[in-house]
Amino acid sequence: MCAADRAKREVACSRSVATDGVSSVTVFHAPASPRFGSGRRALLAGAAVSIAVLFAVVVAGRLLEPAAVATNLADKNLAPGFAHLFGTDWMGRDMLARTVSGLGTSIVIGLVSAAVSSIIALVVAAIAALGGERADAAVSWLIDLTMGIPHIVLLILISYALGRGALGVCVGVACTHWPSLARVLRAEILQLRAQPYLACSRALGVSRVRIALAHALPSVLPQYLVGLVLLFPHAILHEASITFLGFGLSPETPAIGVILSEAMGYLTAGAWWLAVFPGAALLVVVLLFDRVGAALRDLMSTEGVQR
Amino acid sequence: MLRFAVGQIVRFASLMVAVSVLTFALVSASPIDPVQANTGQAAMLSMSAEKRAQLAERWGADEPMWERYTAWASDAVRGDWGESLRFNAPVAEVVADRVAGSALLLVSAWILSGVLGTALGIIAGAMRGRAVDRVIRTYCYLLSATPAFWLAILMLMVFAVQLGWFPIGFSVPIGRSAATVTLAERLHHLVLPALTLSVTGVANIALHTREKAVDVMTSDYARLAAARGEGVWTVMRRHGLRNLLFPAITLQFSSISEIVGGSVLVEQVFSYPGLGQATVTAGLGGDAPLLVGLALATTALVFVGNLAANLLYGVVDPRMRAEVSHVRG
Repeated sequence: MCAADRAKREVACSRSVATDGVSSVTVFHAPASPRFGSGRRALLAGAAVSIAVLFAVVVAGRLLEPAAVATNLADKNLAPGFAHLFGTDWMGRDMLARTVSGLGTSIVIGLVSAAVSSIIALVVAAIAALGGERADAAVSWLIDLTMGIPHIVLLILISYALGRGALGVCVGVACTHWPSLARVLRAEILQLRAQPYLACSRALGVSRVRIALAHALPSVLPQYLVGLVLLFPHAILHEASITFLGFGLSPETPAIGVILSEAMGYLTAGAWWLAVFPGAALLVVVLLFDRVGAALRDLMSTEGVQR
Repeated sequence: MLRFAVGQIVRFASLMVAVSVLTFALVSASPIDPVQANTGQAAMLSMSAEKRAQLAERWGADEPMWERYTAWASDAVRGDWGESLRFNAPVAEVVADRVAGSALLLVSAWILSGVLGTALGIIAGAMRGRAVDRVIRTYCYLLSATPAFWLAILMLMVFAVQLGWFPIGFSVPIGRSAATVTLAERLHHLVLPALTLSVTGVANIALHTREKAVDVMTSDYARLAAARGEGVWTVMRRHGLRNLLFPAITLQFSSISEIVGGSVLVEQVFSYPGLGQATVTAGLGGDAPLLVGLALATTALVFVGNLAANLLYGVVDPRMRAEVSHVRG
C-alpha cells in the first residue's frame, strides 16, 4: 500500500514536471495511508527544523568570527580531535569555527542574491507577459543571451567588472540566476491573462501596471516563493565556486570558497581535514535549503493541499 | 529549410554581437588596472613613470570603450581577435590552442555523463519504487547538491594523493615535449578530470530520464505490451527507448553549457590547461582581449550544441520532421 501510494504521488509529480507529450496515465488508486514523513504536518516540521538549523548557523557564524581568524601557532596542522573537531590549519586556526563562520557568510550572500535575482525574474516575467508582443520578444532574447553564456563565465565577467569582492558575487549571482524562474512566472501570468476577469479589467481600461500589481502579483506569489527558495542552493554553490576561483570574497574573510582554495595547497601534505569537512558542511547546507524548497513546493501544489 | 538556416545565422550573429558588446562593457567598467594586475605591486613601485605609461599604452588602458570596441570589431570580423596580453600571442591562436586542449576532456565527460545519466534514469524508472530506484535517486539528489570543485578535490585526494593511481595534475607528464607524450599517458591524465566533470551532469539527466521512463511504463501501450506477456526490459527496449531518446537528447545537448561551465572549476583544480583554466587566468590577470575571445568561443560552443539538438529532433522523431516540413513547405 505504501509503495502504491508513493507511486501515485510520483506519477502526479512527473505529470507536472514533464512538459512535452505526456501520455495519459491511468493509475490504480490505493487509499492514502498516513505514513511518517508524508503528511502536511511532517513536511512543515521538516521545513521548520531546516530553517532553524540554517538560522542557527548564521548566528553561530557571526559569533564565531573572532575565533575563525584567531591564529595560534602552537596548535598548527592538527588533525581532528576533541579540542578541535575539524582540526586546525597551518596558522593554527580552528577549522570548525572557520567552517561555521564561512557557512554563515555564504548563507547571507546566498539569501541576498537569490532574493534580488527572484525580483528581477518577477519584473521581467510581468513585462514579458503583460507588456505586449515586442516586450515579450525582447525578454525572450534577453533570456537566450543570459542562458547562452555558461554561468561561470558570465559570473567571472561580472565579478571582474565590479573589481571582485562580495558585491561582485552578489550582483553576478543575481544577474545570472533569474531566467529559469522568469520563464515559469511568464507562463503563469500568460495563463492568468486569458482569464475573463482580466479581459474585463483590460476592457475597462485598467492600466497594465495596475493589472500587474493587483492581479498578477498576488496570484503568482506561491510559484514565486517556491522559485525563490529553490534559487538559494544554486546561489550558494555559485558563490562558493566563484570565491574558490579567486573572483569572489577576499582571502581574509572566512568563506567556504576561500577555505577550500587554501586547502588545495595542502593536499599533498595529507591535510585531508582542511578540505573534507568544510565541503561536506556546504553540501549539508545546500541539502537543507533544497529540503525547505521541496517541502514548500509540495505544500503548495494541488496534490499537497489534499494531503 | 533555407528560412531555418537564415534564421539561425541571424540569431547566431546577434548573439555574438551582444556577447561581445556585453563583455567589452563589463571589462571596461572594471576598476582593475591591467597594468598593475600583471606587473605586481613591487614592480609597479620601482618602475619609472614613462615605463608605466608605455605599458598602459600597450594594454590600451586609457582609450574610451566605444573606440576600442569598434576598432576590435572591425578587426574581429576579419579574423584578428587581438593580442592576448597574458600569453603574448594572438587571441585566436590561444583560444584555438585551449579548445584543442579541452576538447578531449569536454567530449569524454559529455559522453560519459549522457550515457551514465540515461542508463541510471532508465534503470530507476523501470524499477520504480524498489531499492535500486531509491539508491539511484538518493545518489542523484546528493550529486546535484555537491560543489563540483569539492568533488574534484576529493577525487584528487583519494585517487592521486592517497592511492597514487593517477597523476596530480596537468594533461601530460611534466617536463616532456609534446611529441614524446603517448596516447596512454594522455588518457591516464584525463581519467580523473573527465570522471569528475561527467558526474556534475549525471544527476540532472538521470532524474529527467527517470520521469520519462515512469511515464512510459505507466502508459496504456506499455500495459498492453505487458499484458501480451512482455517483460519489463522487453517493453523498455521495444516501446520505451524511442520515446525516451527524445528528451534525453534535448537534455544531453543542453548540458553542454553546464559541462563547459563545470570545466572551468575542474580544470582549475586539476591544473588542466584548457579553456576553463585560460578563462580564470584571463579574468585574474586582467587580460581583456582574451576574456572577450573566450566568452565568444564558449557561447558559440553552447549555441552549436543547442542547434545540434534542434536538428536531431527530426532524425529521432519522424512526426516532428513531418510537422516541420509541413509548416515550412
